[in-house]
Amino acid sequence: MAARDIHGPKPPWGEHFQVIGKGHRKVDGLAKATGDAIYADDIVLPGMLHAKTLRSPHAHARIKAIRTDKALALEGVHAVLTGSDLPECYGVIPWTPDENALAVDKVRFIGDEVAAVAAVDEDTANAALELIEVDYEPLHAFLDPKEALGRGEPQIHEGRKDGNVSKHVKLDFGDVEGGFEEAEVIVEGDYSFHGTTHGAIEPHCAVAQYGADGNLTLWSSTQITHYVQREISKVLDIEPQHVRVIQPCLGGAFGGKSDPFSLEFCVSKLAMITGRPVKMLWTREEVFYAHRGRHPAQMHYRTGATRDGRLTAVDAKILLDGGAYSSFGLVTTYYSGQLLTGPYHFPAYRFDSTRVFTNTPPCGPKRGHGSVQPRFAFEIQLDELAEKLELDPIELRRRNFQGESTETINGQRITSNGFLECLDKVEAASDWKERRGKMPFGRGLGVAGSMYITGTNYPIYPNDMPQAGIQLQVDRSGLVTVFTGGNDIGQGSNSVAAYLVAEELGVEISDVRVVAADTDLCPVDLGAYSSRVTFMVGNAVIDACRKLRAQIVDTLAATWECDKKRVRLMRGMALDLEDSERAIPMREAFQLTEAACDTLGATGSYNTPTLGGDYRGGAIGASPAYSFTAHVVEVDVDCETGFIGVKKVWCAHDCGRALNPRLVAGQIEGSVYMGIAEALLEDHKVNRFGLHDGPSLLDYPMPTTLDTPEIEALIVESVDPEGPYGAKEAGEGPLHSSIPALANAVYDAVGLRLTDLPFTPAKVLRALRELESATGV
Amino acid sequence: MLRLPPYRLLEPSSAEEAVQLLADEPGEAMLLAGGTDLVPNMKHGLFEPKTVISLAKVEGLEGVSESEAGLRLGPMTTLADASQNELVLTRAPALAQAAGVVAGPQLRNVGTLGGNLMLDTRCRWYNQTYFWRKGLGYCLKKDGTLCHVVEGGSRCVAAASNDTAPALMTLNASAVFLGSDGEREVAIADLWTTDGIVNKKVGADELLIAIKVPLQAPGHRGAYAKLRRRDSIDFPLFGCAVRLDLDEEGAVSGADLAAVALVARPVRVKGVEELLLGTKPGSEAFDQAVEEVAQLAYKRCRPLDNVPGDAEWRREMVPVYVRRALRAAAE
Repeated sequence: MAARDIHGPKPPWGEHFQVIGKGHRKVDGLAKATGDAIYADDIVLPGMLHAKTLRSPHAHARIKAIRTDKALALEGVHAVLTGSDLPECYGVIPWTPDENALAVDKVRFIGDEVAAVAAVDEDTANAALELIEVDYEPLHAFLDPKEALGRGEPQIHEGRKDGNVSKHVKLDFGDVEGGFEEAEVIVEGDYSFHGTTHGAIEPHCAVAQYGADGNLTLWSSTQITHYVQREISKVLDIEPQHVRVIQPCLGGAFGGKSDPFSLEFCVSKLAMITGRPVKMLWTREEVFYAHRGRHPAQMHYRTGATRDGRLTAVDAKILLDGGAYSSFGLVTTYYSGQLLTGPYHFPAYRFDSTRVFTNTPPCGPKRGHGSVQPRFAFEIQLDELAEKLELDPIELRRRNFQGESTETINGQRITSNGFLECLDKVEAASDWKERRGKMPFGRGLGVAGSMYITGTNYPIYPNDMPQAGIQLQVDRSGLVTVFTGGNDIGQGSNSVAAYLVAEELGVEISDVRVVAADTDLCPVDLGAYSSRVTFMVGNAVIDACRKLRAQIVDTLAATWECDKKRVRLMRGMALDLEDSERAIPMREAFQLTEAACDTLGATGSYNTPTLGGDYRGGAIGASPAYSFTAHVVEVDVDCETGFIGVKKVWCAHDCGRALNPRLVAGQIEGSVYMGIAEALLEDHKVNRFGLHDGPSLLDYPMPTTLDTPEIEALIVESVDPEGPYGAKEAGEGPLHSSIPALANAVYDAVGLRLTDLPFTPAKVLRALRELESATGV
Repeated sequence: MLRLPPYRLLEPSSAEEAVQLLADEPGEAMLLAGGTDLVPNMKHGLFEPKTVISLAKVEGLEGVSESEAGLRLGPMTTLADASQNELVLTRAPALAQAAGVVAGPQLRNVGTLGGNLMLDTRCRWYNQTYFWRKGLGYCLKKDGTLCHVVEGGSRCVAAASNDTAPALMTLNASAVFLGSDGEREVAIADLWTTDGIVNKKVGADELLIAIKVPLQAPGHRGAYAKLRRRDSIDFPLFGCAVRLDLDEEGAVSGADLAAVALVARPVRVKGVEELLLGTKPGSEAFDQAVEEVAQLAYKRCRPLDNVPGDAEWRREMVPVYVRRALRAAAE
């Protein structure tokens, strides 16, 4: 079978699934719950050294000199690194390598890495850091993206063409001016989204070992083993076949571990210099500086519609605060415009998006990369439009539904689309018709919708090889081992691989082992980002299983001298459907097949079809399948304090097919939790000194269980023609519309149109008072 | 993870021994009760004790007992125990409530009543790591000469942030210290200074050995209201405790109000009793008195930009939380 073959959404055996669609434990659930799971910081190797990083206390400064001799002289110190030891630039996007493991000539934010020390223990390494002398020449620090846009000097990254602009994308689709002329109603306004970070429970950690054979092994809490391998190879100048990157069990990532990070290069280099294994574990504070969280965005939107509520044109202007480095910024800038063109039909659309550098912790991808901010602005505009047109906001959204098997104005192919069912579900579950606009002052309901990609056909570095590869090994003991490059970051991708093998080969889930994210052992998968793993790795697993299944079925049919159609593999047994005497355990079936065919194994792969619009950047945001979401949020606004109480959130998400509904519901709940947190509590910002406002879990207030609303996860299964058994993504989409739905609920509750995130009680109270004095209430 | 600096741990078995150890190293030794304030502050380089004296093995510092004079609370009583203790719940409800909203459940299981009373003042520019504070040029309270709350300020305005302090003040509670010169009892209202660097008048060799809550009026009512962003974990952005004593007729015969998270010391709002005296909860007169008390508190309580949260909004919350506390107490 070729890599691009589509296996279709049907069950592999008969009418019904045996494993898929049912709630199963995660394959690593027990190990995590009991403490058996090995995370990066659990790794202890003989003779291991501990490394720490010296960071810049200046937001923007030139490094005049660094003196490390005193640090090196300290007893217990084995090596000290500075920027000149690792001069090669890197970056997750090959077109924008603007990072160094340690600052070479400049520091660009408070917390930027300057030097690293390996010592016998962390205390000694910390003491050595204090002995490193750095002479800085402070430069003007840009803390405001508008200033960075308007003022090109001093450049944060010198030698670039366009001052402090990181990326600018302007794209037009259809007749935008004509669309606004045709419009009978136009809404226009400014919207502002603040910075937020991931807050994964596990801080970043890396351990490196450099063997006498010249092979480097790096264990790292990364969600992109393959890209880390490539960048390590480049920066450390080791051929990639001599770099082994392993992702141990991971304590959450949410996009915050999808860049190559300074610590990975530092421990590798330090291991090479000292000949000893080296570990670096970041503190929580350091994780806040490493950031790569959601870009603050200042947005201006204009949306036109006809009297009957049909959209005629959308025009957006967006300013993204990228922080100090590029990271995924090129993609973010495209995503901020490209991913808005569903679930509604846009006849004409324009966006003009600019990302600027500032002297703040670098932004990057966070759950819903690039598209959560525009979705916030646009879904509020739809609410404003519905009000002007005196239409129910759900009805307005229905009227503009783009449909399935269609193409968006910017050339994205839409396959399955369950958005209408999502709207129906949240409408019914929330008792919308009876309650919206009819509750007492202070209480309200709001709705919003969204879509998101299930992976992208843009593979970061251009190549024609598969995006996901799989290798299966079948042992005569009855064990099936799956080797996958996919990164399980807690979302359950290893479990999904096991479920799919169990379904395809008729074995028990417990008889499948998953070996994942080890570049020496596993075929390449590009990593856990863009919600691609279940779709792409899943398809690759099915691809590999079908090859093995054919061998097993052929062997059994020949052995039993029956038609192949009569052979069925299920629940650990191989059966002849027409002869109940013939039922053997899969172990025996494997042994018969191995005897007949040779050692058993198979590979499988997945690659995307050619997708995307025929223009520069047309492939960015082009996905083999899109997920769709609708939220209804119920709020209770305390008008005395400004606190917004979220009573309940209904989230209906079209995930194509729920391979394990329990995991899908978990992703929905987690997404809603994160969205509400961003709307009400979290604010990742720097103070007037350019210093992080509070790099701790006390000062960066993530919601506790008491602050988390009741969440009802409603699963919609549109069954996609190309997903594994029809599955699409569930990890990121269900976040998007939670935030505008909350804003729209506040409008229903108290008539206040909130457009400036986060909705702190101070801000809400001030706005309520302004509203009162304006309306004379 | 942040590293704990090196220190010597001592574990005395009696209060007298602990006091002796404190006296042996004046200013160099610190006491460890639950550790929920001490340990993070040591990790942040805010406290640099050479010696840490654990109170875990000191006998007689735990538990709540009652006599004719009132309640005696051991300072090593955990906040969880204090908040659930039947005697505290009935005799000093404001204290039980305050203890029950300190931090989160896990921290209340470890953190102690004495530790909360003796809590260091807090400030957004102070309760940070050494690296962070270095980037700032440090501050008045530790390692530096500048105040970042009040620019040009020469006096530290870090905020008293102990939820239990205002509750204890409204209860007219006192603290008993053991020092080299013997026992000393001081009204908790008189414990404070207005200096954010050290806001308590306690000798370097003194150990808190008891908190005494005098017998309250028969119709004693109390409540504590806490402003914070999250419903758990967070320190107060404003906190107020109230006492309402009701006579046999159900009218107010005594009242008090104290607040925290404003300036360096917990603040008693004077003149509250006069406004409420003789009014009956449920009556218009009571409601009007509550409003007057709320406005009085609004005048007296001026939050600074010392702890997180918009100071102007925190001030707006003063009358709201005072009203809520009074109504809760009256219920």
